[in-house]
Formats: sequence, C-alpha cells, structure tokens
Amino acid sequence: MSFEKFLFYLFAALMIGAALMVITRRNPVHSVLFLVLAFFNAAGLWMLAEAEFLAIALVLVYVGAVMVLFLFVVMMLDINLAELRAGFVRNMPVALLVAVVMMVELALVLGPSRFGLDQYAAPAHRPADYSNTTELGLALFTRHLYAFEIAAVILLVGIVAAISLTLRRRPDSKYLDPGRQVTVKARDRLRVVRMQAEERE
Amino acid sequence: MESVIALWNALPLVVQILLKIVVIMLPLMIMVAYYTYAERKVIGHMQVRMGPNRVGFFGFRLLGLGQPIADAVKLMFKEIVIPSGANKLLFLIAPMLSIAPALAAWAVFPFDAELALTHINAGLLYILALTSLGVYGVIIAGWSSNSKYALLGAMRSAAQIVAYEIAMGFALVGVLVAAGSLDLRQIVLAQQGSLLHWFWLPLLPLFVIYFISGVAETNRAPFDVAEGESEIVAGFHVEYSGMTFAVFFLAEYANMILISALSSLMFLGGWLSPFQGTALESWFDWVPGILWLLAKTLVFMFLFLWFRATFPRYRYDQIMRLGWKVFIPITIVWIVVVGLMKVYHTPWWFN
Amino acid sequence: MNKIVSYVRSLFLFELLKGLSLTGRYMFTRPFTLEYPEEKAPVSPRFRGLHALRRYPNGEERCIACKLCEAVCPALAITIEAEPREDGSRRTTRYDIDLFKCIFCGFCEESCPVDSIVETRVYEYHFENRGEQIMTKDKLLAIGDKYEEQLAADRAAQAAVR
Repeated sequence: MSFEKFLFYLFAALMIGAALMVITRRNPVHSVLFLVLAFFNAAGLWMLAEAEFLAIALVLVYVGAVMVLFLFVVMMLDINLAELRAGFVRNMPVALLVAVVMMVELALVLGPSRFGLDQYAAPAHRPADYSNTTELGLALFTRHLYAFEIAAVILLVGIVAAISLTLRRRPDSKYLDPGRQVTVKARDRLRVVRMQAEERE
Repeated sequence: MESVIALWNALPLVVQILLKIVVIMLPLMIMVAYYTYAERKVIGHMQVRMGPNRVGFFGFRLLGLGQPIADAVKLMFKEIVIPSGANKLLFLIAPMLSIAPALAAWAVFPFDAELALTHINAGLLYILALTSLGVYGVIIAGWSSNSKYALLGAMRSAAQIVAYEIAMGFALVGVLVAAGSLDLRQIVLAQQGSLLHWFWLPLLPLFVIYFISGVAETNRAPFDVAEGESEIVAGFHVEYSGMTFAVFFLAEYANMILISALSSLMFLGGWLSPFQGTALESWFDWVPGILWLLAKTLVFMFLFLWFRATFPRYRYDQIMRLGWKVFIPITIVWIVVVGLMKVYHTPWWFN
Repeated sequence: MNKIVSYVRSLFLFELLKGLSLTGRYMFTRPFTLEYPEEKAPVSPRFRGLHALRRYPNGEERCIACKLCEAVCPALAITIEAEPREDGSRRTTRYDIDLFKCIFCGFCEESCPVDSIVETRVYEYHFENRGEQIMTKDKLLAIGDKYEEQLAADRAAQAAVR
C-alpha cells in the first residue's frame, strides 16, 4: 500500500468516524467540534485529489467562519436534549423510510454504473507549478459565468433578507449617541444675543 | 563547506524538514520572549515608568534582559490547575489549538526571494485559512473551562473575530487583485520598483484596515474585549495557569509577529530594499533582504505596543459597528477602485 | 458642514493620531521612577513613621505617665500602666504600642506635653513572628536613643509651627 493510499484511508476513516460522532454525541458542542474534524479530513482528501484551492477554501470558509458561528449559536442556546428526543421512537418508522429512500437514491445516482472509474477517469497528475486557482478562475468566469452570477445574486438576496429580518427600529426606545454628543459645539445649543438694557422705572 | 552540503543531502528528508523548522521556530520563539519584554519596557516608558529592569545575568542587571527567561522558568514550574467542572481533554487541547496555527503559518512565509520552508502557489489563502483557525483555541478554552467569565470571553472573541476576518479577507483580496497572484513571493515581486511602488500607497485604505483588523484578530488592545481584565477578569484564559497559560501567551505574541510580518510582506514590499530605484540603492546592496523584512516587521510590532499604550478599550457594540459598517464597506469600495486601476493600467503601479 | 468635518476627521483617524503622538512624545521623557533600595524619596521632618520614646539630655526618660496619648489614640493601640518609682516620681511600668492597631495619625505625638512619644522617620521595618509587633517600653526607648539626634533636629526645625 503506497503512502498516498494510506493517507486516503486514514482521512476517510477519520472522516466517517467523526461524522458518526456528530450524530451520536449527546452534547451539541461536541457534535460541532467533530463536524470541524470531519471538515478537516475532507480538506485532506481534497488535497490528495490535488484540489488545493478547494481544500484550503473549505478550511477557510467552513471551519474558519461557518462552524465558528455554529459553535457560537450552540453555546449560546440552552438546548434541552430530553425535549428533542421526546418523539424519537414514535417518529422512528418515518425516519427509517426516508433514510432508506435516500440511500436508494444515492445508490442510483452514485452507483458504479454512473460514477465508476470508467465513467470518470482519474485526473492526470499535474506538475508542481500547475495552478489550481487559475484553472478554477478561468472555468468559473468563462464557462460557468451565468451559474456563478446567479449564485452570487441568490446569496445577495439572502444577505439582504437576513439583514432586513434583524433590522428593527423601536421608536419608543431612548438612547444616547456619544458619537454625536462629542461633536456638539456650544453654538449649536446656545445663542448669545446682544440687547438693550431695560430702563429702571 | 562541500562536506557540510554532502552531509545535509545525506540526511533523510524528514530530518531535513525538521531542522529547517527548528531554524525558523527558534528565532521566532526568542523574538516572542523578548517581545513580551519589549512590550513591558515600551509601555512603561510611555507611562513615564521604567518597566522591568532588575533581572539580569550573572549579577549584572543589563536593563532587565533576563526578565522573559525568569518568567518562562516561573511559568514552567507552576501547577496547572484544572477546574473540577472542566472538560479535561478540550481544556488541555485549547492552548495547543491556539498556538498551532500561529506557528504553522510560517511554513509558507518567504523570508527572502529564495528563502522559504515551502513554496505553494496559494500561500495567501493558506495563511488566511490558518489565521482563521486561531479562534477555535479561544472558543474551546472558554467553553471547556466551565466558567462564566471564560464563556463570555469566548463569545466576544468569536463574534469579533468573525467580523474582522471578513474585513481582513477583503483587504487581502485587494492585495491579490493588485499583485495578480496568491503566491506570497509573487506578491512581493509585484511591488518591485521603489518605495512608491509598494502596495501601501495604492492600497492605503486596505493597508490601514488590514492592520487594524489584525490588531482585532489577535485580541490586542484596543480590541481586547475577549480578555477585558476590568470586566471579565481575563476572559477565556481565566482558569488557565502555569504552562497552559504560557502557551496562550506565546500564541498571542506569535500571532502579533505573524500579522506584523504579513503586513510588511504585502504592503511594504517584504524583503525589498526601501532604497530601490534611488541613488542610494547600490550603497545598501550588501544588506540581506531578510534584514529589511525584519526591520519592517519590527515597525509593525512596535505599533501594536504603541496602540496598547494609547487607546482605551472599544465597547463591544462599537467594535461590531466598526467591523461591519465601516471596514467592510470601505474595503469593498476600494477593491473596485483597485480593479479599475488594474484594468486601466494606472501608472505607475499597474502598467 | 460641521458634520462633514467631523466625518472626515474620524475617517482619517485624526483623534487617534493625536493620541498616538502624545504617548509617542511621553516615551522619550525621563521616567519618574525611583529605584527604591538604591534611591529614596526625600522625607519630611513631619514624617510619621515608627514610634520612639525620648529621653532628656541627662538620660532621664521624658514620659511622665500622664496617659494623654493612651486617651487620644483613636485606634486604642497604646496601653500604659504606671506606679511611683523609688524616688517618688510618676513613671510608666508598661508602655506598649501595638503597631498592627496603630494608624500612624500622630495624635499621641501631638498630645504629649513633654515631647516624649514621637514618630521617627523610620519606615523600613518588619516583623517575623507574632508578638513582635508590640513595641514595648524598652524597644521604644532604644529607638529613641538611636535616633535622638535626628529627632531633636526635626523638633527644632518644626518648633516655630508646633
């Protein structure tokens, strides 16, 4: 077994193990941390497949940003596990059915008849100076430009929607704005007028 | 000399790489140790005090230069107290998680035109990914300590780092648009010419934002709400003592040095001589590039200390406002400006 | 207009640069620090440090056991017992000051009609065992003998205002 193969099986085994832990651990924080581990192993697998850009982007985006937010939310929420597990047995048959259907679907789509090595040949090994980033950029901005732009617009709409959901003004709340307080000058508030002194009667 | 080279080549690859890592890490660790000393000295003098000046070597006081070593020895011999309600494994892993990215990032750092441990063409991305991992050490430390102050510190730090990560990333997007490469070496070479060709000038807003975000990212004053000793004692590392605390400390300073070195690499021309393109160029030819890099890095490292001595801590909502509502819009605008400069070949940076 | 000016000022970090220049300037001023064991701050003749009991130049102790100091002491740190000596004069048999209770207010010194109990300039002393903080009559007299010259000079310097 070559070193590369060994690494592949190592990463794959760790990833599956971590993924199993994600759904079996009782503590949600542990689940999130195992998910981070799974992402790392996925990045390692991609690195083996010579997709360095994607591997690093996975770590950067998912591990570095998305999972931090997840962890943030999970730590903040007081999750009651007993409540979550209340309907476990009752809903079990439905869940099993859905799981089986999904398995079948996956097998049909990714089965050996459609996804084997003879359908998709293993990518050729590239020389060391081959730039993944450039290739990806070229593909995204030429062939897949419309798909890329549409995805960007959908994300933008998502951002706007999320921000507008959180944006609420409460007109009855009173607060101080120190930023405006410090810019106040005396002449904004005070007007010195010169007037005739009144005569004493 | 030849025999030394022959000996070097005879070593197994793993040993060669380990030796190279030691060559990078050893000076870095010494720099970290003396950075803590410099911090106390500089801030002391800015507050019209003296700073540490007692611990020296062999009975000589030597301006207190022995202080970091005394501190290290003291921390090594202190007990590591693990709180009874803490998650032991995570509690001990957290400091390692915070220092590992700070050290691993140096793997792709070019110290000179041909001097780097490895040379990967997505170096900038790699560094960005690694610096974004540092937050896990803080969050896990805060959570596993089972202490309310630590958890509050972790929360603040997570929110802050996510906010400034984006501004920092956008600032770097500007750099890679200007340089046309993710390769750190290419980024420096793209700044060749003279002091005015360095990216600090065309990317001035991004430069400022990058450095300020770097200060925020390393949880340093004035963005040190994660520690906030006057509010939440010491934030995420309240419960840490002895060597575990020392590792957090090392990680913080290693991160500061990393941010300083990256700023000088991406905006101040890295190892390029500041006299390039002037009459003085030939006079300073003998100076190795790594010394220029070091000098530029030291300037930024001094700025970190200067900021800490000058600015009061930002309030939490002000930090969020600055990150999301000021820095991100400015960076987006300036990326467009850089793109336009690049497209229209604005002299003399992009022709 | 005002708003625009303040906006531009904040955009160019004007206030922050001002702050930086201030701390930058202070960095090059001489530190105020006194390096303590080698350098010491000047001490006033009115300094209220460790207590002492003084004697007259002929060697007779000044204290006449009037107990004014014991009465005035706000911290109840002074304990005095007295009885006639063989020659018939009123003297203390016991004169204790508990330095843990003492707040160094100087009232005992001011109340003393014969300038016997005084506070010296000594501020560097320590105790290693419990019980040592009680300054007995012997110890106080010994301190007084040791610093008599300084004490007399300080009293003379302050004579006009006392």
